[in-house]
Amino acid sequence: MCSLALFPPPLPSGHTTLCESNNELLSGASSEDHRLIQVSQNKLGINTAFLDHSETLWMRSAAAWRDGGFTGLLNEITNSHTEDIFQILKIWCTLALLQWVSSFHGSLFPHLTLSSEDMIAEFSQVLNWPDCVVRAFAWHPHTDKFAVALLDDSIKIYNPKSATTPTLKHRLQRSVAAVQWKPLCASALAVACQNCLLVWHVDPCSLSTRPSSGCAQVLSHPGHSPVTSIAWSPSGSLLVSASPMDTAMMVWDVAAENCVPLQRVGGGGVTFLSWSPDGSHVLASTPSLLFRVWETRMWTCERWPCVKGRCQSGCWSPDGSRLLFTVQGETVIYALTFTDAPGKVYTAAAVVADLSETTFNTQDGDITVGGEIQSLAWDPKGERLAVLLKGLVQSDRPPVIAVFKTRTSPIFELLPCGFVQGEPGAEPRLMQFHPNFQHGALLTVCWSTGRITHVPFYFLSAGVPHFGLNGSPSLPRPQERPSDFANQSLFTEMIS
Amino acid sequence: MFSAQQSCWFVRKVICWRAAASIAWAVLLLPPTTAAFIILSRFSILHPFQWISECLSLLTSASAIFSFILLGGVIIIVGFLNLEYYTVIPNIACSKIALLGQLLHPRQFLSSLVHCIMGIIVAWCCAVTIGGRYETLGYPCVESDGSPEMCLNEYHLVLLLAGAFVGFSHSLLGVIHNMNYVSFHTVQRYKYLRFKGSLPLVVKCSATQALYSVRNYIVIYFFLGYIPKTWMCKTLNLHLNSSLHSLDTIAGLLDLCLIYHLWISATFLLFTWYITLVLFRIFVTEVYSFPVQSSFTEDSHQCLPKVITEKQPMILKFLALQDLALLSQHAPLRRSEVFSLSQPGGHPHNWNAISKECLSLLSDLTQRLIVYHDTVATNGRAKPLSTGSERKTSSDTSVISGDDPFTPKSTPLMKTPASVFTRSVVGGPQSPLTAPFTPDLDSPFASPALRRLTAPVGQCSPWHDTVQSPHIMRRGPKLWSTSTDSHVNGSPQLSPASVPSPKQEVSKPSLLAQFLQNRKEQVKNFLAKRVLIMYLFNKLPEASSQALFADSQAHIWALEGLSYLVQASFSEDRFGVVQTTLPSILSSMLVLQEAVDRHFKLPHASSKPVRSSGTMGDCHYKTLRFALRATLKTAIYRITTTFGDHLSTVQMSAEHRKRLQQFLEYKE
Repeated sequence: MCSLALFPPPLPSGHTTLCESNNELLSGASSEDHRLIQVSQNKLGINTAFLDHSETLWMRSAAAWRDGGFTGLLNEITNSHTEDIFQILKIWCTLALLQWVSSFHGSLFPHLTLSSEDMIAEFSQVLNWPDCVVRAFAWHPHTDKFAVALLDDSIKIYNPKSATTPTLKHRLQRSVAAVQWKPLCASALAVACQNCLLVWHVDPCSLSTRPSSGCAQVLSHPGHSPVTSIAWSPSGSLLVSASPMDTAMMVWDVAAENCVPLQRVGGGGVTFLSWSPDGSHVLASTPSLLFRVWETRMWTCERWPCVKGRCQSGCWSPDGSRLLFTVQGETVIYALTFTDAPGKVYTAAAVVADLSETTFNTQDGDITVGGEIQSLAWDPKGERLAVLLKGLVQSDRPPVIAVFKTRTSPIFELLPCGFVQGEPGAEPRLMQFHPNFQHGALLTVCWSTGRITHVPFYFLSAGVPHFGLNGSPSLPRPQERPSDFANQSLFTEMIS
Repeated sequence: MFSAQQSCWFVRKVICWRAAASIAWAVLLLPPTTAAFIILSRFSILHPFQWISECLSLLTSASAIFSFILLGGVIIIVGFLNLEYYTVIPNIACSKIALLGQLLHPRQFLSSLVHCIMGIIVAWCCAVTIGGRYETLGYPCVESDGSPEMCLNEYHLVLLLAGAFVGFSHSLLGVIHNMNYVSFHTVQRYKYLRFKGSLPLVVKCSATQALYSVRNYIVIYFFLGYIPKTWMCKTLNLHLNSSLHSLDTIAGLLDLCLIYHLWISATFLLFTWYITLVLFRIFVTEVYSFPVQSSFTEDSHQCLPKVITEKQPMILKFLALQDLALLSQHAPLRRSEVFSLSQPGGHPHNWNAISKECLSLLSDLTQRLIVYHDTVATNGRAKPLSTGSERKTSSDTSVISGDDPFTPKSTPLMKTPASVFTRSVVGGPQSPLTAPFTPDLDSPFASPALRRLTAPVGQCSPWHDTVQSPHIMRRGPKLWSTSTDSHVNGSPQLSPASVPSPKQEVSKPSLLAQFLQNRKEQVKNFLAKRVLIMYLFNKLPEASSQALFADSQAHIWALEGLSYLVQASFSEDRFGVVQTTLPSILSSMLVLQEAVDRHFKLPHASSKPVRSSGTMGDCHYKTLRFALRATLKTAIYRITTTFGDHLSTVQMSAEHRKRLQQFLEYKE
């Protein structure tokens, strides 16, 4: 088992991590040249430009009903201060009754009492989602472009090869919790919003900077909001979405705009989804002490009860055989192995890394690092694992990203690599690996300052070429990501 | 005759058993449904104990068992009708008059009649079960003069007629909503889970549909109720009790209890029928795994490569294509059988048969789209040949015909050395189906080295330069109509739209023709002013587009199957079987992509259909064109991402190379 004590000590303040080269993390005092984007911190958006306008209770109720459903209506009514006393009384009685019912339900599943914004904040993979400038980030699986969802509910698409930066805005695009590009497609971007799911079709050749909302498909299902997590199948055919309010996980056929709810009793909702890169399994965690691993052929699931807390985050090895996950309230990383071989049934997950608090003696004094884990990211080659640690505000323990070196064959191994730190005062909020970085792995980190940086890890892949009987290289994993093939030559030997 | 025998094999051995299983389950589900119906129909909140005990005693009574037998019979007939009328390709009416024609078809009339009778039977069972005032048709009453007589029980009659009406409207709505269309789902699940998932929808649909039907029925009974009433009285010699008020009045029909009983009976009726339908759909669309090759020759007609080329029954072809799409994705062992070579002779018969069928499906769709587009663009008139705008299409044409894998023209230089080599060595018997179409490079004797050597030669072959030659360009448009002949065993003529009739007509501006044309226009204008005729004959928007893509599920599977197999061939195809077909696969996909893109530029083609969730009719066919577009793009991307820059060595026309480059750069 790997623990933080084996890590090289964190950098002194003022230094930022630049890259990994020759097996060590290099740091520098300035990060000016690695800066990519400075996102404006305009939290208020366009709402400030309008004056307050009062409508009658009925008008507001109708609008709330349209926008937020029944709960929105009730909220609107409770928040209203005017109108006559009789009406308020009637509504109050109804509310009390409903509250009594919902409190019973809520005592079973406490998350149901949260407002939808709080719920997204609670279950998002982003640290401190409500005040985070970059709310979601997604690399395109095949090309060098990415989408960034901002605090003002707009999404920007950056592409180094094009001068235009399309900004996506939609009436329904509010409280974006996650974005993801469709694999094997250049244009489709799925967005998890408060009330629905949007699938944007952004023509990469278009010069327009504001694609119209007609380019977006709206996918919604009653009771399925807020959507906190989405995942495309690696073959690009299906999209799954999850909402903590809905016990069913939706499998969307996006082109046909129809969905199949996959309902299972227990759990009280679905919070986080992760599709394995080989497309065979989907991890679905619930708000209670339980997560499920779906098999995607016939859509059956395995139940995995947790002891201490809910499953907070998880990630798959590139061949889809190993799942790493973390549990809320614990400071360890668990691993589960899935094999096709019959007879091998795992009944418990193995602890592979311990990230409990560790104090390092540095020249700046003692620095404590460790604690609960917010999210995990594994690079597509399966050689680097980034772990975003939550930190604690009270005890002066900042959030930090710890990076492990990993090896999956012949045995699974975790080795310490180092900490990724930003400029002083910047906390990591969100991270993702580039899906096909040729020289190793590229970790993209979104910081609390609104800055997005790329940290490259230069290494030679340990993947050894496997030779088949006929002498031509046969790839060890038939279901491997197609993008990986693109980097290899058909008839030349692979990099050894 | 042989094909008929084969279809018999599949229908007899698989479809019939599946239908029988679904009917058996529907019959087994009848007792709980009936119990729920009894409990709900005798609902009384004031006497709960009496209510429960009454229900229990009723459930075990002889009349209940007799009702069960009757209802079971009805379910079996409904199941047989489902089996008889189901289709995997929806019948889409392009105008109101066509819909009317469907409704008045004798076959449909027969079905409506049977549904009516079954509705009456179910309603009679309901009447007996509910009991009380509904139980019998006649009851003894005392006339005003004191003599005992039999009177007509109008409540009973109302319930029976309601059953008939609901059955009839169910059958009509079945035609309008294409309820006999069986769609295949992209998400595979076990039958039990699928059934469980669709149960809430069935309950909701039957309740709402029953509500609408009862509303319509009440309105009709209010106006026309006296006709069956008097007829009944006359034929059965019953009397009307004058002391009770008649039911075809407002006061009579505003009886809430009566309405509730009508509604619950209609719901029960529709629920049992819908359950039968849903079970039938679930069972019949279940994945069937065909063997890729069999070691026994007598089973060879059941193998995937043979079955996939069948035209009838459609369900067999669809299930075979579905199996192909699934095996190409999930089953490495079965994939290796597809890529394998035949034991004596060393020919990739499996791959050839599968790829040929898939490609002919794709080219069939391409032609259908192009013909349709030309018809729409020229408004049904014959168009002048070889105008400037035609250049693009004609070059496509040349590519279709030229890149067809099984015409010898496609690889003139590549073919010679290897084929000579193969013929001299093999010389064995070849199956008449594939022999003339087999590119010989895929034999084991053509080593990868040889193939690699020939590939660059082929790239700079003279054929490549002649692609854009004016010769081919000129004869391009003609090829549209004739190139179906090149598929000897090929595409099923799925749609009448693929017959390019409007192009055949010769436009000679003679005086007579001019006159006739003018007359025609006049008649047209005259008719166009009549609202009813316009209403009936006007084309429904996007219906023609839907009809064009009605069977596109097959194309979607063909695309998926081909692209997954090509992707897998990168690492699994040891003999290079797929490489020989790769150019034609790519070009047919690209041509189809262009045709689909052009189709979506037409008005109404890209407008989304209104989602109707309240019916049992499957709306899957309405969105098939979008699914096809997405699948096509994904399929091309799947090949380009797998092969990457290696595609530059695949021979292709310059235009297609440009197109492919767009895909390689992720700009599509």
